[in-house]
Amino acid sequence: MTKPNTKWVTLILSLCLMLVAAGCSGGGSGSAGGSQEGDKTTVTFMHLWPEGVSAGQNKIVNQIIEEYQNEHPNVTIKTEVLDNEQYKNKLKVLSASNELPDVGVTWAAGFMTPYVEGGLFTPIDDLLQGELKDKFVEGTTEAFAIDGKTYGLPLEFNITPVFYNKAIFEQYGLEIPQTYEELKQIISTLTSNGVAPIALGNKDRWTGSLIYMFLAERFAGQEALASAINGKGSFADEGLMKAATEVQSLVDSNAFIKGFNGLSNEEAKSEFLNGKAAMYVMSTWELPNFTTNEDIPQEFRDSVGFFKFPEAEGGKGDINSWVGGPGVGLFVSEDSKVKDEAKKFTEYFVSKWGEQSVTGAGVIPATKVDTASLTLPQLYIDLFNEMNQATSITLYADVQMQANAAETHLNQIQALFGKAITPETFAAEHDKVLSGSK
Amino acid sequence: MDQVMSNKKVIALYVLPSLLLILGIVYIPILLTGYYGLNEWNGIGAMKFIGLDNYQALIQDSKFWNSAWHSLLLAVFSGLSLILYLIVAMVVSARIKGANLFRKIYLIPMLLSSVAIAQLWLRMYNPTNGIINSFLVSLGVSDPPAWLAEPSLVLFAIFIPIIWQYAGFYILIYYSALKNIPTSLEEAAKIDGANAMQIAWKIKLPLIMEVIKVTIVLSVVGSLKYFDLIYVMTGGGPNGASEVMASYMYIEAFKSYNFGYGSAIGFFLLIICLVVTWIIRKLTATKETIQYS
Repeated sequence: MTKPNTKWVTLILSLCLMLVAAGCSGGGSGSAGGSQEGDKTTVTFMHLWPEGVSAGQNKIVNQIIEEYQNEHPNVTIKTEVLDNEQYKNKLKVLSASNELPDVGVTWAAGFMTPYVEGGLFTPIDDLLQGELKDKFVEGTTEAFAIDGKTYGLPLEFNITPVFYNKAIFEQYGLEIPQTYEELKQIISTLTSNGVAPIALGNKDRWTGSLIYMFLAERFAGQEALASAINGKGSFADEGLMKAATEVQSLVDSNAFIKGFNGLSNEEAKSEFLNGKAAMYVMSTWELPNFTTNEDIPQEFRDSVGFFKFPEAEGGKGDINSWVGGPGVGLFVSEDSKVKDEAKKFTEYFVSKWGEQSVTGAGVIPATKVDTASLTLPQLYIDLFNEMNQATSITLYADVQMQANAAETHLNQIQALFGKAITPETFAAEHDKVLSGSK
Repeated sequence: MDQVMSNKKVIALYVLPSLLLILGIVYIPILLTGYYGLNEWNGIGAMKFIGLDNYQALIQDSKFWNSAWHSLLLAVFSGLSLILYLIVAMVVSARIKGANLFRKIYLIPMLLSSVAIAQLWLRMYNPTNGIINSFLVSLGVSDPPAWLAEPSLVLFAIFIPIIWQYAGFYILIYYSALKNIPTSLEEAAKIDGANAMQIAWKIKLPLIMEVIKVTIVLSVVGSLKYFDLIYVMTGGGPNGASEVMASYMYIEAFKSYNFGYGSAIGFFLLIICLVVTWIIRKLTATKETIQYS
């Protein structure tokens, strides 16, 4: 073949170019946000409840969207669903290129600060004055406010009880602890019988943070903890030092399952679900697993109870103080081309979410719901009532802090639990990053 | 055909599409990363040009050097494991019974994704009911270690699955290289009275030297930028004990919102890889390649 067969060459080359061109155009138009054509409006909505992971929530979301579209025939809601971690990453990438969806899910306080400072979320205070006025549980929208403006509407609200396995407690004749000393006795009884006391998966680090925060609250009191976290006080506070010391003494007394620093929360949870660990300190988003989730044996679900993290002798904390806070909320993008429609959808979504999330998914919503008229699992009702009696709710430390401080906090938590550092270093590292970030 | 290939226009036409793709997908982002590294940027808001401050901070960052040390350890470890792979390949390529079966056994881990391997080994390392600790308990060890939670063990606990993961790949490369050696050479050596060791050392090894050099570069550079398995298995923990350069970069850029700093780490990592590649090539340079045929 000496003479070039130019026909073939051109054909192949043009094919290549077509591929390149197709690749370019495909990426460009994909996620440009909502659009308005004639009287048809499209609102893009990105959320983090994939069907496989959060089946209950996923169903509710689709239901609400369907209802909304039926009521507003000229509006189409286009959804994109991602898993938690991927969602966070994608949100970041989209913000860098200014292509946020019209409506999306965000976390409170520290997480949303860079987005608000970058002018990506729009203030939605006007929605709080409309249909949703006075519908939110006290203290939930505040976590989504920065400099007096609200940038997100909360969907869930969580507190963190100590779940325990009634069957194991009964077997060893244990009672719900009233004081921290009693909790320690329970731990020593359980360990001497070869039962792992507390399921903790501290590879995820925020899990350990929950326990530290409770100890800090009980020993130092809510105010000291809050002022240490916002950089005004110090983690070297006597009560907070005591809390850090107690963490290590709990580790010494084998209070947590073996190898907790290398286990994920899911792995630790399965220890509890399999009845191998007696207690599990986790927020109320786990409730469906202990009430309605059919995948978990009824027998186990019946044997789950909860108690409040006990008070410490001489500590300043109150037993009705909780660690918790709003989970995720909805934001509306500042650059949305269909902002009004997006806001309307957000309002509709949040108000519908309230009741449906209770009955459908078993999560506790951030809006007020009359539970008296609904038939609900007892565990759910009990926790719901506890929440109404709460004297204070301290927002999760890693959510409160700015991202880099949160990262330091979480690393220090893991180091503290792993006994790689002393409580003094723990306090010093926190103070360093928290005073620096302000 | 020769005429076509010497036509400059045709060459350009052939090369251009993939050249554009590579420029757009690889080289331009690299330059952009270098540029981001010169900025203070949280990845969302406005960028602020700060010159080389990020790189200066990087040089003083003990956490970064800690992660760099772990990457280096991994590079040394996987470099050494090449010897093991080579020995296995030598054995498997010889005409022994079941060689084919062994070849397949070694190759299978290569077919699994890193995440699947990570999940598999997470279960094996589980401190209470994992197969490793169950085995140790049955041997009479009363308190076997929690592999992924001990700062002193976690790094080596992760190296093992990595070496297992890549065994198939390198064994396959060595195997193919060894199979390319003409059997006549081996037979001639046998007639001259050489034993198996001598044949391996004096004939096979020099003949596949070029391939070995390539694998050294591949494994060392691959180790320096290694990320996925470590991220899934420990997330760099506990307390940074298994942090490597790439995972530290990820955490800084995407978790701590220091995108500028993360970019600086990424760019620095690129430079390290280039330098290491250059050093390896210098060290292994030979004046002539040995060819017996």
